Amino acid sequence: MTTRSAVSVARAISLVEDRRPAQEPKILSLLANLAKSPNVAACRRVGITGPPGVGKSSLVSALCRALRAQGHSVGVLAVDPSSPRSGGALLGDRARIVHDPDDGDVFIRSMASGGHLGGLARAAGAAVDVLSAAYDWVLVETTGVGQSETDIEHVADTVLLVIQPASGDMLQFIKAGILEIPDVLAVNKADLGEVAARAGAELRAALEALGTARTPPVVHTSTLTGEGIDELVRVLAEHRDDIADLSARRIEKSAQWALRLFTHRYGELGVDDRGGPSALRAELSRLIASGASSLSAVAQLAPR
Amino acid sequence: MADKDRPWIMRTYSGHSSPEASNALYRQNLARGQTGLSVAFDLPTQTGYDPDHVLSRGEVGRTGVPIAHLGDLEALFDGIELEKMNTSMTINATAAWLLALYVATAEKQGADVKLLRGTTQNDIIKEYLSRGTYVFPPGPSLRLTADVIQFTVEHVPEWNPINICSYHLQEAGATPEQEIAYALTTAITVLDTVRARGVDGDRLAQVFGRLSFFVNSSLRFVEEACKERAFVELWDRLGKERYGVQDAKLRRFRYGVQVNSLGLTEAQPENNIVRIVLEMLGVTLSKKARARAIQLPAWNEALGLPRPWDQQLSLRAQQILALETDLLEYGDLFDGSPVIEKKTRELADAAWAEVEGILSRGGGVAAVDSGTIKERLVASNAARIAAIERGEQTVVGVNRFTDTAESPLGGADAILRVDEKAEEQRIAAVEAWRKRRDDDAVKRALEELERAARSDDNLMVASIAAAKAGVTTGEWGDTLRRVFGEYRAPTGVGGARTPELGDSYAALRERVAKLEKSLGRRPKILVGKPGLDGHSNGAEQIALRARDAGFEVVYEGIRTTPRDLARAAVDEGVHLVGLSILSGAHMELARQTLSLLAERGAKVPVVVGGIIPETDAAELRAAGVAAVYTPKDYEIARVLSELVEIVERTAA
Repeated sequence: MTTRSAVSVARAISLVEDRRPAQEPKILSLLANLAKSPNVAACRRVGITGPPGVGKSSLVSALCRALRAQGHSVGVLAVDPSSPRSGGALLGDRARIVHDPDDGDVFIRSMASGGHLGGLARAAGAAVDVLSAAYDWVLVETTGVGQSETDIEHVADTVLLVIQPASGDMLQFIKAGILEIPDVLAVNKADLGEVAARAGAELRAALEALGTARTPPVVHTSTLTGEGIDELVRVLAEHRDDIADLSARRIEKSAQWALRLFTHRYGELGVDDRGGPSALRAELSRLIASGASSLSAVAQLAPR
Repeated sequence: MADKDRPWIMRTYSGHSSPEASNALYRQNLARGQTGLSVAFDLPTQTGYDPDHVLSRGEVGRTGVPIAHLGDLEALFDGIELEKMNTSMTINATAAWLLALYVATAEKQGADVKLLRGTTQNDIIKEYLSRGTYVFPPGPSLRLTADVIQFTVEHVPEWNPINICSYHLQEAGATPEQEIAYALTTAITVLDTVRARGVDGDRLAQVFGRLSFFVNSSLRFVEEACKERAFVELWDRLGKERYGVQDAKLRRFRYGVQVNSLGLTEAQPENNIVRIVLEMLGVTLSKKARARAIQLPAWNEALGLPRPWDQQLSLRAQQILALETDLLEYGDLFDGSPVIEKKTRELADAAWAEVEGILSRGGGVAAVDSGTIKERLVASNAARIAAIERGEQTVVGVNRFTDTAESPLGGADAILRVDEKAEEQRIAAVEAWRKRRDDDAVKRALEELERAARSDDNLMVASIAAAKAGVTTGEWGDTLRRVFGEYRAPTGVGGARTPELGDSYAALRERVAKLEKSLGRRPKILVGKPGLDGHSNGAEQIALRARDAGFEVVYEGIRTTPRDLARAAVDEGVHLVGLSILSGAHMELARQTLSLLAERGAKVPVVVGGIIPETDAAELRAAGVAAVYTPKDYEIARVLSELVEIVERTAA
């Protein structure tokens, strides 16, 4: 990869962000072409979420460095909330991700949530598709507000939840059902020592109390000392390797995402017109399984 | 008059181009009646890079004197007896290094190190919050601070090892209460660090007594006088209650001042000399809260670097107040004044409550690392600017009384020009220095520095040895960067709340929304600071307000290279790039950014903001910059309106 290809990746993402009706055919054909890339199946998509201030950007920065050191290329999508007042957004995560500007094998794109779908930007799914065709690993980072923790499931193979010690977030997570979502957990700021260790123990207890089929692994990380970063990469890779039927899982998740897009675009009436959410999702799944992107499936099922 | 108070120490903050040129300037200033030195270092020296490092490009000798090694510091103080001089050095991340060079230089002059007097600024926390010349993460930075403190208390007892700065917090928009609170929080953080290393009892009291402050003074001089009185009271209380300092003399609040630059205007700049004098009143009128040392900015600071005559005028203002007026003949003018007491009480109580709040939430470092203090400062600054924009706060010559006669003082280019060849010369000089030294001695000194850094040994010892061996500033910096790692402080822009904005913003939002329709996505801009200049207040405010106008803003923060910014502009698919450069390196950095953008095939307009003389602005526009903004463009709404126009024109 060269930085030259970064230019085409950037242009492709700008295109999928473009909401002018005239652009839709172009977007659909781009996504259809990208889906044919052999890289897509091999790509590892990690969604990273957690409350503000836990050090997600620094962790993404550390993950980037570790992945690059192992020879993997990395695409990062950092999603920040839009201002409900102005529709604008401050996208400040990039500033905390340290990388070499001449390295074509790392790519960082910031995106505003747009306020449409609660957490993730409307174009996030398509942007992940673009990145999946170009990089070995794709990291999608969102701040844990509102829906984003749940939305991120739809565009990632592996969901990583980052928490920090002594933040009192744990109870909130349990209440909000957020602990049921992640595949891997990171307790960041492990350099805080005992507090961090205690947080890890509390977390494990909380997870076991939930009694889910599979208790997700908990990794202690510190971006200051580098502790746990390589282990986190290993655990993330393992989770992805253990997915029995990746393509079925991706189809399922894309269908979920497509249902969100459809609902956003056509409202509940539109969904009812298609026989309700379950029927519609089954139809979307079928289209996606036969090679359609989420966006194209939504376009094909537009209300008559 | 026998019972007249002694005047405060009078300094001028200066240095530029080269050690030799700065030495000539110092000697001239001392001959004109200056009673102490205040050394301004260039940004590479402040952040631990040699002149030939990529990040130094365009910055060498701009904001101060470049010091790359012992030979440079010897040349800087040539013919100036350090044993008799009182030298203040504005140096923070690399304070231990510059103090090591200073001690080595003094020894070479034959001085008794025990008699050296002066100050190293050495306050890293305010660097994270406002000034931006930090290097290492908080932990190792505080260790360096504590090393300097412990070393000087023992070996250089007359030295002020740290000058805790509330100055820069006010420049970043802090209210007086915030200024007091965050300065005291920093002092507590430093003292607690020293105490945790086992320094206590009389030793700790000695350390407490050596801590000094560097405060700001605005045009609201009545409030400023009360602020200083509140400082005096709270510092005394802190010494007694938290650190058990018995000796009242050691609990004295000792501070130096540079008066406010924030209030100086580019429009009708001659008015600034009046402002500077009034700002001085707040820190001189009250005898019990009078500054120990004062340095005044020059009247034309908002235009560029001051010339010797500009600096002389500021020095004369100090001399006239101290020596011609009767101020120093009286006791404290305010004692017993109910007005002053009430205001002082209010400030002290509000500040103390803020201090207690920060301590209860995990202390100073946590408040910096989480971005909470920074967010408050950004919000305070936004409120200040909004008040000026709306005309609620008068700024003469800016938002009122703007009609002016032609100034006879020369145009906007009546400033000092740094020699364009200075950078090349410094690069050649450091290369020659490296060839001349004993490579084995250098290698051994650096190995010892690294060993000390990985242990708990005081780094001053290894730094002084390295200074004597001929190690360079960049080598010292690189060694410690390798051991300690680097740090990027929170920008504070994400979480900062902005004040209520008026109709101008409603109109802007409509235009931006319309632009979104025609572009297919929200207009997106990149705001960043290439080079080493860490003064991010302006860039932060533009980023914040651009968001409030409806733009998507990628904020890159400080210390980036043109290469970083060009890559970011491409990856992010932005419609406009905004550069903020206050160090004077704008020509070099803007040109580089333009050519790298072209190289990557990104056709985006670039705008530049900073302290930019009109001739430079014209040259930048000729080179392809779409617009240039300077401090006189205080109406952010108008600036944003122009940015919308530029995107409308170029992105369609």
